[in-house]
Amino acid sequence: MKGTDAFKEIIPLLTDEPVIHANGFICRESFNLKDREGNFYMIGSMGLASSIGLGVALSRPDQKTFIMDGDGNVLMSMGTLAMIGAAAPRNLLHIVIDNEVYESTGRQGTLSNSVALEEVAKSVGYTHIKRVTEKEQIKPAFQELIGREGPSFLLIKVEPSFDKATGRVHHTPEEITSRFMKSLR
Amino acid sequence: MLSSKIFSELLSNKGFNFYAGVPCSLLSGLIRILDDDPQTPYYPAVREDAAVGLCAGAYLAGKRPVLLMQNSGLGYCLNAFTSLNLIYRIPALVVMSWRGEGGKDAPEHIIMGEINQKLLQTIGMEYSVISADNYEASLDKALQKINEGLPYTLLVGKGFFDEGH
Repeated sequence: MKGTDAFKEIIPLLTDEPVIHANGFICRESFNLKDREGNFYMIGSMGLASSIGLGVALSRPDQKTFIMDGDGNVLMSMGTLAMIGAAAPRNLLHIVIDNEVYESTGRQGTLSNSVALEEVAKSVGYTHIKRVTEKEQIKPAFQELIGREGPSFLLIKVEPSFDKATGRVHHTPEEITSRFMKSLR
Repeated sequence: MLSSKIFSELLSNKGFNFYAGVPCSLLSGLIRILDDDPQTPYYPAVREDAAVGLCAGAYLAGKRPVLLMQNSGLGYCLNAFTSLNLIYRIPALVVMSWRGEGGKDAPEHIIMGEINQKLLQTIGMEYSVISADNYEASLDKALQKINEGLPYTLLVGKGFFDEGH
């Protein structure tokens, strides 16, 4: 499965939820397939999508909150998984698109070919965990996880397949902040 | 010496309502008071830049966050401050303890103690060194910057707060 296919499965399942996107191809794929006001596109600050998402989820317990993360970002901030497990927000779903490489810098390997990130999530206290490898599995896994009390973890294994011609997010960082905050009110 | 209790009440009165950080002995009294009171939720972070992210998320969701850390964590936070807070206009009040002030401390604190102000100046993050005489005015200045969407640091020297350990 290509990374794009994973986004094509997930995006139609979103309603009004805030979605915090990790930097790199995660932002760019999502932005180009469907821009949403509730998308927070993190263009820098690698590793922090998970902590930003945790801050949103803890501050708005009434609102389902999604993190759209990558394996490089998760590995950089593996300690944040422990913070999520400990704080245990029921309304948080952490989605990881795992292509085992740093895609946007030239496909250098991460470590997720030998480290099972979903096992780490399980160890630190995420309540429900799914690992999928086929695109047909994404929708049922997603729907099952959002129906249960989190924090939940959905790992989607994909091939490195990012098209470099995919445009960058064209909103300014300040615009991203203001429209995201407006969408959460 | 300022009572941590009085300072935490002042923060609450000014509208701050979300706390995250990594501990320092100089801030131990303040963190204990915040942690003990459900009205001032304190979330421990594994590293200072994760606390920056946590506070950013809280702000985006309508909270007024405070980040507590030792100056040793400033290095970890430089990328987060410059590629998140400062360009996205995501403010936070940073309460940063100043180890190594005046070159008198354990060896690991000496270099950062000498350069922490220069680092803040270099990245364009405004700050005040707080004292018994200026802490209220410094907090008002911080609020003004926060209302403009900018982070602001209060640098706290040894002995400013009562310690809690």
